[in-house]
Amino acid sequence: MDKIWIITKRELATFFDSLTAYVMIVIFLGLSGFFTWLSVNNIFVIGQARLDVFFGISFWTLFFFIPAITMRSIAEENKTGTIELLSTKAISDWDIVVGKFMACLLLVLVALLCTVPYYITISRLGQVDHGGIIGGYFGLLLVSAAYVSIGIFASSITNNQIVAFLLALFIGIFFHLLFDLISSTFKGPVGAVLEFLSARVHFDSLSRGVIDSRDLIYFFSLILGGLVLSTTMISRRNWQN
Amino acid sequence: MTSSLSHFKIAPQKHFINMAISVRNLTKNYGTQKAIDDISFEVKTGEVVGFLGPNGAGKSTTMRIITCYQAATQGDVILDGVSVREDPDNIKKKIGYLPENNPLYYEMAVIDYLKFCAEIQGVSKSNLEERIKEMVRKCGLEDEKHKKIQELSKGYKQRVGLAQAMIHNPEILILDEPTSGLDPNQIVEIRNLIKELGKEKTVILSSHILSEVEATCDRILIISKGRIVADGSSVDLRKQAQGNELLTIQLDVNGNPGQAPKETLESLPTVLSVTPIAGREHYYEVQSKPELSSKKEVFDLCVENSWYLLELNAIETKLEDVFRELTN
Repeated sequence: MDKIWIITKRELATFFDSLTAYVMIVIFLGLSGFFTWLSVNNIFVIGQARLDVFFGISFWTLFFFIPAITMRSIAEENKTGTIELLSTKAISDWDIVVGKFMACLLLVLVALLCTVPYYITISRLGQVDHGGIIGGYFGLLLVSAAYVSIGIFASSITNNQIVAFLLALFIGIFFHLLFDLISSTFKGPVGAVLEFLSARVHFDSLSRGVIDSRDLIYFFSLILGGLVLSTTMISRRNWQN
Repeated sequence: MTSSLSHFKIAPQKHFINMAISVRNLTKNYGTQKAIDDISFEVKTGEVVGFLGPNGAGKSTTMRIITCYQAATQGDVILDGVSVREDPDNIKKKIGYLPENNPLYYEMAVIDYLKFCAEIQGVSKSNLEERIKEMVRKCGLEDEKHKKIQELSKGYKQRVGLAQAMIHNPEILILDEPTSGLDPNQIVEIRNLIKELGKEKTVILSSHILSEVEATCDRILIISKGRIVADGSSVDLRKQAQGNELLTIQLDVNGNPGQAPKETLESLPTVLSVTPIAGREHYYEVQSKPELSSKKEVFDLCVENSWYLLELNAIETKLEDVFRELTN
């Protein structure tokens, strides 16, 4: 655990020492803020003290925003060869991956925390469904964690950040949109399985304020799957060809 | 010369105890290609061993296996009685490693980077400050410690690489081409640093430059095409590779041509052959019979015939020649 935190600290320092963190947070706040408060469908038009618009837009901005955070994490180490240095130190491949995962997730968390004033504002304006909003935030966090995990995996199989970015989007779009779209054309068990694979379905159920074990299992499996695969990719240097 | 090289036998490895590193029958395949092929050697505690070989001979692969970066196809490496196959985590703590091309986090400040490395290697909190200070001092990074690594010159980057390798005070240092790409002044600086460190540590360093290994190492392992072809100190290697004594001499037979100098030289009991060197008058290469020296005889002969001896050089077998002979 100590070792994981050391990696996390370093990654976070890299985010905040460079412009990455600030640019990402500003873009995220800009987009979500604009759509929540200023655009056509804003809160004042709806006339209800709800953050549905915010959650809907964040669901999409995070989808693009996270691959941009994660693309660097392992691809850069593969490119510069620092991965060799890191994996010959007294730290396991799993700890390296989890450390990087935590750092990216914490950055997303910081971005989400910056939107807490929205919540406070809304709660002053009218009667708020607190459970729904907390559920929405929780859902966003789980979706983010799953996408971070996918992004880290995409980053672990290449030494090119652009490839990592595009690959993360490509894998992500299935969970984000495609499984949901395809599922409606299938009936019976196939349709049910595809629907279960869709992140949107689980996110919607969470943002209604209902915390269901199926949703938790779904997200935690995605997270764990991504982390395990990334670790495997880092250890692939040991594979016998 | 070739015949004498067959004496380079790698002694059978019997005693594994008290050895810092013992490499046993190590083989690594990349696909069908054998990067290293059944390598065995041992390194005593405190020894500085140079790993010499042309590019692609298998030096880096061997080092990567010792440092637990890659797994061997066959064979094992034992460090202080611990196998890399069984307990890599324990071994990683005992080793300081400087990979080829010295990869570093360029965006970090030197001191932050050293702190990061120290923490990962499990240096205790109470020791942390002191270790970092010591490394900064030892590697001469005092003025650069707050700079970002990307701002440093190549020589200083190399010092940072060495500092990170030693931050946790490991017993064993593995340095892969520590001086490649440096200018001559930096090479000397890094070499001195390694020598200094080598006093208290077991060091394996690799290079394809002979003079470097000769200057820093107690013992040289020459590796070629994945096999160890020679093992010994530079003096040993040179002695074993050296054939018959070879002299070049130049004579001035001024006014006393007498007998032809070539034939006279050949008549000496210690001389095996005399070859005139083209282009210069009375300039010869004289090869002595095995185990014999003709220096005095040549001199006496000149006195006898009232010739002037303008030049007499003993040609030493260069380590370069040994290297070329063994690796081609």
